[in-house]
Amino acid sequence: MSHGPSATGGAALKTGGHGHHEKHVPVFVGETEKRLQELLTRYPTKQAALLPALWMLQEARGWVSEEGMAEVATVLGLTPAYVKGVVTFYTMYHQHPVGKHFIQVCTTSPCHVCGAEDVVKAFLEQTGCGELGVTSADGKYTVIEVECLGACGFATPVMVNSDFLESITPATVADVLKRYG
Amino acid sequence: MGYPHKPHPRETQVLSTHFGTADARTAEGWKQRGGYKALQNALGMDPLAIQQVVKDSGLRGRGGAGFPTGLKWSFMKQGDGKPHYLCCNADESEPGTFKDREIMRWTPHALIEGCAIGAYAIGAETAYIYIRGEFTEPLDVMERAVAEARAAGIIGKNAMGSGKTVDVWVHKGAGAYICGEETALMNSLEGKRGNPRIKPPFPAVAGLFGMPTTINNVETLTAVPHILNNGADWYKKMSRPDNPKSTGTKLWSVCGNITRPGNYEVEMGFPFGEFLQDLCGGAPNGRKIKAVIPGGSSVPIITWEEAESAVMDYEGMVAAGTMLGSAGCIVIDEAQSMPRQIARLARFYAHESCAQCTQCREGTAWTTKILERICAGDGTAEDLDTLLSIADNMTGKTICVLSDSCATPVVSGLQRWRHEFEALITRKTVHAVPAVVA
Repeated sequence: MSHGPSATGGAALKTGGHGHHEKHVPVFVGETEKRLQELLTRYPTKQAALLPALWMLQEARGWVSEEGMAEVATVLGLTPAYVKGVVTFYTMYHQHPVGKHFIQVCTTSPCHVCGAEDVVKAFLEQTGCGELGVTSADGKYTVIEVECLGACGFATPVMVNSDFLESITPATVADVLKRYG
Repeated sequence: MGYPHKPHPRETQVLSTHFGTADARTAEGWKQRGGYKALQNALGMDPLAIQQVVKDSGLRGRGGAGFPTGLKWSFMKQGDGKPHYLCCNADESEPGTFKDREIMRWTPHALIEGCAIGAYAIGAETAYIYIRGEFTEPLDVMERAVAEARAAGIIGKNAMGSGKTVDVWVHKGAGAYICGEETALMNSLEGKRGNPRIKPPFPAVAGLFGMPTTINNVETLTAVPHILNNGADWYKKMSRPDNPKSTGTKLWSVCGNITRPGNYEVEMGFPFGEFLQDLCGGAPNGRKIKAVIPGGSSVPIITWEEAESAVMDYEGMVAAGTMLGSAGCIVIDEAQSMPRQIARLARFYAHESCAQCTQCREGTAWTTKILERICAGDGTAEDLDTLLSIADNMTGKTICVLSDSCATPVVSGLQRWRHEFEALITRKTVHAVPAVVA
């Protein structure tokens, strides 16, 4: 949902030139296919498994490519265009490759008044990313601002990949980065 | 508040009793604490009788709208031959709100029990708990608890040996504030873009997969087993003597410039000024509270003076010029610039607009642009009237209320702190909102 002059876009990543030509290893085979089949029993329509299937794809590949969208479309009986329409609505599906550690810093109002901008600055400096949405030269980090993570009493919450960290301050950023080398 | 701090003696712990107790996370641990008794009894009751108890208790929706829960359940036509669904809204994304996260992290079986009872009461065999994708820990805890409850025969076909089918599934979102809007959530669960739907038809007629559906918040459903165990009268007593319209306990998430942030559970009718000063410790570093957003970012911002004399229930917050909403309370102290804070709120809504309605898509973006311009010291004398005119065009004119929610802080903020905006415009002071990635 990135639009308008001030949209930060969880998925508003600066597109790099690398990594867009992935090796084509099918995702929905073996264990993953079994998991998908089990999921399909939970819903009266196949389409309802679209978000879960996209999660499986991203877990396997690290991001959701156009080729990946087409694979999901095939297993669920949808068109690739439809799948892309859904992917682009949500902020958590990466439409481009991201760093090994994807760092999301909450900067919405409750965190903003507690100094979240300084946490963002510390991450940008110490990861070498320099800029939001840009992957560091060593490929290790991508830092973005994220809208309300729903842990406002623990300002500033930060997500590193799927880990949810609480009460991060500029002083603890170095410790966080040590854990995610 | 139970977690991360010890509860304050003036709290009334019902839902938060076991926050911080790891043992309460297992089915066995939950049963040892009186869990699943209410479900066992409920499955032997007439669904309409369950609805009546919930109606009598006065329980109202805890997600923001405050609609009476029992009445909502009664809209589901029993015996119509169609599959019915229960959706549990665990897409907690309203800035300032983090109570459902704590319920799911610490008492997952309380939510499963509430979902199972709710589903049975509305004639549904399936309940989906839609949890926002960023809540990785609550997702893990809930997935494990649901699997455990299924393996133990608590949910599934023949739930608790009752011969009745009540199934509960966890569904993971993928990042979108708007999916907390009930019809957007249903679209998202169906594998669509999370655009809100035009109402009518209302969910009870045509909701998830086009079938009769009820959608309830996490906290609402979690309160139901306690009401069945202790009776409607017990719940009703937790209220102001002169206001029977707000009953029970409420979890308040308190954050921002506050000494002791966290979740607090108090009875309806608690004095707000004492709550913020005595329980939460007031603003940190000896500063004064300037503004309070009591019910999540979508409700009007009030001054400390208005907050100090307010009463913490649905009607009390309306009397104070705001709303109880989700009870996600954002505290702003005197060191903060109100134009800057309101600009940041507007930016949130501009980012989260689903862009379906013109008034919202354009209005949230324009509002943000003008507010950021004022904060940058480039505001003009006409800007404030333009903001109010845009706000007027954004209110009551769209499919859902996201647009209204963006207008709310602008209008309430300009009513109370117009001088701060004017000072920025006339003196060209800069209250910069940090630049963001475009």
